[in-house]
Amino acid sequence: MSTYTSTLGGHSYRFGSLARLLAAASPERSGDRLAGLAASSAQERVAARWALADVPLTAFLAEPVIPYETDDVTRLILDTHDVGAFAAVAGMTVGAFREWLLAADTGELAAVAPGLTPEMVAAVSKLMGNADLVAVARKVRVVTAFRSTIGLPGRLATRLQPNHPTDDPAGVAAALLDGLLLGSGDAVIGINPATDSPKAVRDLLELLDGVIQRYAIPTQSCVLSHVTTSMDLMARGAPVDLVFQSIAGTQAANASFGVTLGLLDEAYEAARGLGRGTVGSNVMYFETGQGSALSADAHHGVDQQTVEARAYAVARRYDPLLVNTVVGFIGPEYLYDGRQILRAALEDHFCGKVLGLPMGLDICYTNHADADDDDIATMLTMLGVAGASFVICTPGGDDIMLNYQSASYHDALYLREVLGLRPAPEFETWLASIGLLGEGGEIRDVSGTAHPLTAIGRELAA
Amino acid sequence: MTLSQVVPVELELWPSLRRHTQARIGLGRAGTGLPTHHRLELQAAHAAAKDAVHSPFEPDVVAAALRGEPTVRVRSAAPDRLTYLQRPDLGRRLDPADRAHLPVGEWDVVFVVADGLSSRAVHEHGAAMVRATTALLPTAWQVAPVVLAEQARVALGDDVASAMGAAMVVVFVGERPGMSAADSLGAYLTYRPKPGVTTDADRNCLSNIRPPLGLSYEVAAGKLAGLMGRARELEITGVGLKDESDHMEVSGRLLQVAAGPHQGEGAS
Repeated sequence: MSTYTSTLGGHSYRFGSLARLLAAASPERSGDRLAGLAASSAQERVAARWALADVPLTAFLAEPVIPYETDDVTRLILDTHDVGAFAAVAGMTVGAFREWLLAADTGELAAVAPGLTPEMVAAVSKLMGNADLVAVARKVRVVTAFRSTIGLPGRLATRLQPNHPTDDPAGVAAALLDGLLLGSGDAVIGINPATDSPKAVRDLLELLDGVIQRYAIPTQSCVLSHVTTSMDLMARGAPVDLVFQSIAGTQAANASFGVTLGLLDEAYEAARGLGRGTVGSNVMYFETGQGSALSADAHHGVDQQTVEARAYAVARRYDPLLVNTVVGFIGPEYLYDGRQILRAALEDHFCGKVLGLPMGLDICYTNHADADDDDIATMLTMLGVAGASFVICTPGGDDIMLNYQSASYHDALYLREVLGLRPAPEFETWLASIGLLGEGGEIRDVSGTAHPLTAIGRELAA
Repeated sequence: MTLSQVVPVELELWPSLRRHTQARIGLGRAGTGLPTHHRLELQAAHAAAKDAVHSPFEPDVVAAALRGEPTVRVRSAAPDRLTYLQRPDLGRRLDPADRAHLPVGEWDVVFVVADGLSSRAVHEHGAAMVRATTALLPTAWQVAPVVLAEQARVALGDDVASAMGAAMVVVFVGERPGMSAADSLGAYLTYRPKPGVTTDADRNCLSNIRPPLGLSYEVAAGKLAGLMGRARELEITGVGLKDESDHMEVSGRLLQVAAGPHQGEGAS
């Protein structure tokens, strides 16, 4: 392993490996402190950044942060590295790469993506300010499709999340109606089920499929169960649109989620075989988030943001429709406050986009973190400017099933209005056809009317 | 469908739909924002959750409600709330000075009442659960003095049980507060825990003890006492020990799902 040194303020700093250097260069965050990886002083942090700026990008190919022999994510990263695409930046240091990214255009960013590894992208993000992360991510366009098209310029899609603590169909349907009437659901209508039992998951899938078909909604459903549950249900003919899975950046962390790359390969093939998409064939939905590898004691001494970026290498293998970083979900031991959550959100979005993924976010916090709804508004605005593909939305921003706070349907309307963003094109056409779109492209308030969608509600209320 | 077909007739739809869910549906709008009273309601619920996290644990409240049951007070290695929230490892270890005060004995069980992430849950439901559960145990069982633990996570119980020589530990802990429930209590049962070796997979848990909206004391204590009897018989807790009742399975999974996709550990 190489050592890296730097001198700042009359002190010499030494970092024993690339992984140590990356961790020390990370912005202050409680998770890295908990793992014992954080810089011990503000000066050491900046000293690490000076040293990191001089590291050639090729060093990340030569010195994996987790050994090739012990980790299949490392093998995936190195075995699928596209040398041709890398050529454009192969001679650069991390510092020069930062400047190249800031100056590059959309086409150059798309061309280089397959040549970049998660560690290169995580490294360069540590040299970037929040505004840099926004400026570069904004230029990247990743377009995916199933029944709606996600990621087009000037568009913002939303996940409608009608969770219920006991999966009560009437409760789910009531929350679904609420979201649809507020113009939400073009990225996916996705439920976190209370149980992973195949029967319960299938009931929810059929409920969602029924509503989608009844109203011919150009969107896709997902019940976020374990990949093995989805495979089982697909084999038995259940209406599975997207296969969901939580993934992480190391083999051991994925094992703690009960998944392997082989299992994901199988699920991917099975879902593609169903051919349920109409305008595209991206069939996977992945969720990630900083801290999961540390929480599973599977981080191998790598800082939480770098491990998170490695999860995107896993996602990239399966051409997903959606990748969602659930940014503030775990709690303050990983991201302490609104400031740390915002920084992580921008890093994740940047890294995922630059690696070629359709990145969206669950902009969220738990009530034991030092954050509130103003932090949600700040994050939402910055991520909207940064060109996030989609955001998660819950009724009133309060998820009664997972007990955390997220963005609301209202928040998404705000973001579309202030930034002039529109829904996915197919969904926008549908909204217009069903009378929910006003002349200026805004969502019409039809509460208190006999709108056709409220037939769902009338049937429930009866 | 044309716009002219949209006629205002259904103002009463949302109240009838709210029977099916506590989700904040049908809030209405002011432009793209929330109506003022809904915004303030959300802030009030958030404030209750925040206060539940940060309000200090008052062992006296629990001790008084235990009406003369012997108690011992301990603290974790986390010196304050700020540290506690960022360093779950410290919240799982006893302050070394307090370890020495714990009475050693041939205890069949020790109950630990731990503040976790909601002191309010512990103040309101902790003593009642200890009393309800104890009442259902065979009289021959040696029940240790109740340990009242401050800045404590679930695994602190491992340290307590091992220091006291208790065969099993039940930790009643304040759960991570949501906006619709800031006073929810969890119960974690572990047989022969070994600090640093025992994992969450070695525990059985009941969550959402919060009458009248959540699990009642009677039902929760019944399930818990049943599990304790079986744990003693089989000398095991965790994934190897299943409860027959449906609710146990659902709440266990609920907790798991609430913790995933990232396997966050709430109060544990």
